[in-house]
Amino acid sequence: MNLADHLPALQVAVPLLTAPLVILLRAGFLAWLTALVASLASLGLAILLTVAVLETGTQEYYVGGWEPPYGIALSVDGLSALVLLLITGASSLALAGGRQSLRLDIDNRRAPMFYGAWLIAMAGLCGIAVTGDAFNVFVFMEISSLATYILIAAGRDRRALSAVFKYLIIGTIGATFYLIGVGFIYMMTGTLNFADMALRLDDVIETRPVIIAAGFITIGLALKAAIFPLHIWLPRAYTYAPNAVTVFIAACSTKVAIYVLLRFNFTVFHGNLLGHSDLFSVFIIPLALSGILLASAIAIYQGNVKKMLAFSSVAQIGYIALAAGLASQAGLMAALLHMFNHALAKGTLFLCVLAFILTSRSAIITDLHGIGRRMPWTMAAFVLAGLSLIGVPGTAGFISKWYLIVAVMEVPGWGVPLVMAIIASSLMAVVYLWKFIEAAYYGEPPPGGDTAALEVTLPLRALIWVAALSNVYFGLFPQLPLALAQSGTGTLLGGLN
Amino acid sequence: MTTLLIGAFLLSLLVITAVAIVRATDLFSAVMLSGIFSLLMALNFFLLDAADVALTEAAVGAGVATVLLLAGLRLTPPTEARGRSLRVLTPAVIAAVALLMIYASFGQPSLGDPQAPAQQHVAPWYIEKTPELVDIPNIVTAVLASYRGFDTLGEVFVVLTAGIGVMFLLGGGRGKPFSRLDSNVEEGLSRHLIPKVMARLLVPFILLFALFIQFHGEYSPGGGFQAGAIFVAGIILFSLVRGERLTLAVIPPRVLLWMSAGGALLYGAVGLAGIAMGGNFLDYSVLADDPITGQHIGIIVIELGVGLTVTGVLLSIFHAFAARD
Repeated sequence: MNLADHLPALQVAVPLLTAPLVILLRAGFLAWLTALVASLASLGLAILLTVAVLETGTQEYYVGGWEPPYGIALSVDGLSALVLLLITGASSLALAGGRQSLRLDIDNRRAPMFYGAWLIAMAGLCGIAVTGDAFNVFVFMEISSLATYILIAAGRDRRALSAVFKYLIIGTIGATFYLIGVGFIYMMTGTLNFADMALRLDDVIETRPVIIAAGFITIGLALKAAIFPLHIWLPRAYTYAPNAVTVFIAACSTKVAIYVLLRFNFTVFHGNLLGHSDLFSVFIIPLALSGILLASAIAIYQGNVKKMLAFSSVAQIGYIALAAGLASQAGLMAALLHMFNHALAKGTLFLCVLAFILTSRSAIITDLHGIGRRMPWTMAAFVLAGLSLIGVPGTAGFISKWYLIVAVMEVPGWGVPLVMAIIASSLMAVVYLWKFIEAAYYGEPPPGGDTAALEVTLPLRALIWVAALSNVYFGLFPQLPLALAQSGTGTLLGGLN
Repeated sequence: MTTLLIGAFLLSLLVITAVAIVRATDLFSAVMLSGIFSLLMALNFFLLDAADVALTEAAVGAGVATVLLLAGLRLTPPTEARGRSLRVLTPAVIAAVALLMIYASFGQPSLGDPQAPAQQHVAPWYIEKTPELVDIPNIVTAVLASYRGFDTLGEVFVVLTAGIGVMFLLGGGRGKPFSRLDSNVEEGLSRHLIPKVMARLLVPFILLFALFIQFHGEYSPGGGFQAGAIFVAGIILFSLVRGERLTLAVIPPRVLLWMSAGGALLYGAVGLAGIAMGGNFLDYSVLADDPITGQHIGIIVIELGVGLTVTGVLLSIFHAFAARD
């Protein structure tokens, strides 16, 4: 028995099987600790898998010993490894930094259920990232969505319930569309394995069920990924979720949907459906562009800092979608890099917001006036992550913006307008971030408010700074995300040859 | 020809029922109609020779889901709220989806065509290899429990997550003080003679049938999901007649929680045992010296896990609704 051979299965099994143990616990602290340990163990497994992928290439695993297409095969390549690092990293960061905040949001009696749901959500997302089977993706999508709804609805803010109901309905429609598409493809190919599907689709290209399936799958996943204008569930869900939950889901859950979208469209459809690349681009690029511009503009007018960052996420998803929509080597590189870098920046920003809300009990910007003078350490980290979100050189955000602009310039005739749009959106990001930073540093505190120095505990501050500095580290030494994105692009475009 | 006629008849009834559900403003009628919808759906599945799915749909959709919806109905007003809704967009989206699916259906292989790709690729392999590799008569069980056991593990966790969600949001799981329950819930219909006698006669047989479905899943349609749902139906019948208090005394909430978590853990433990014995995750062949015996052991144990979790979760959800005022 060599456990190193079982990494892809353990990546799912460890958090998934810890969850039932957690719900049996009676104490909130113990439940949190177990969840954190399981989350860190998953991060460790993700790192081991990443190393294995970089050394020996794609990791294949046959669950139950049954070879595909008869059984379910797991397949971990550079792209999967990148997404796995995001999921497990975000979960660990949010759990480690969110202890105090979650204790205020969730009473001790119900905490074991909450942390059980957390682990199930994380395991579901990991399952989507490791599997090579289209129906298995659906099963894990169900698991992670259902658990995420619980997490979002968990806080004390009753508005979360209506927000989560909207998310539940839209998420279910998205998942159903995906399932309809997979059903049609199974009908025409008799297989559920991605690689086998790509081969067998060749015989039935241009049949109606396959074309309709491509549409259903793309739109279903776009709903899940919150690509503009299918994002309507996202801002309220992010805003009213418990703060630690926002840190977790904002960093990774939409990226996992984009991951499946890329996996399906590139490895399965692009090589087989004539003109699919063009259709995909024509569908996705206008939506992405409207998202980039409109969502950034809407973010400027938000009075709630969480909602502002949520709309900023919609715009950032637009960047990823735009880059992927170019359907070129450079475009995919940019998309994958931006998935990674945006998760770093947004995770840090929401963690800082968690700290602000922990001390001042409000997410409304006018209530947070002067918070930068009272919490200088946290505020400085916020500024640093904000610079990365804007894409200032020296930060991780710059690397992906650079790749994005290079990819966009390759588009004949449209290069300059697209670059202008990206720059306009980045400037809007400067505006909405500056609006908050100005209020935090120079704003007059609300009348009667305290002005004494007020920082969160040292461990949380240290964690915030680790997250903030990772934005700089991956800006100066981007080798790891670059290598993973390169490997991911290779497997995605393998379907084109 | 007869099958075709029955199929057309059932599908028409299905459409009529669906329209009636949408149009019903009385929530009680809507719930009852949705029970009928599930029953018709089960008949349709049976007509398509999908006996396992038909059994699940009948037990879960028509049986337990209807009871849970009725339990939920106690907490809401009896009629649908006339809220504002997007009167144009919703029908437009539904019509577009329907038209696209009809368009796609013109290109699909005809029903039961042996040359259809779905019948040509993995299906023949399952039919040919199952006697040799797993050796159980019900190939559907072999696919669900062994070949695609990872999916089924996932489905068990979907059920568990649903249970966690209801217990978390409705605050169940630890039991409610009985003083909060109204007398109807506490005593049930125990003062009424006819339901009491009927239930007393029926409940043991329902529970026995559930155990048969549970342990006979390798030979005939059935398995943990269906067995769990039927078992729960029996217990709920008992609870309706003899009251919530006695049911909770027989199976306390803490036991239900252990069943829910334990079933999922049992399934996962079989998977890890596969790794410990030198195979892959969820490889049952290595569980015994003879691979076929190993497969049998694995399938029986995971089906038990499924049954435990389904029973625990569905009863927890029922109690969570019943305990609310």
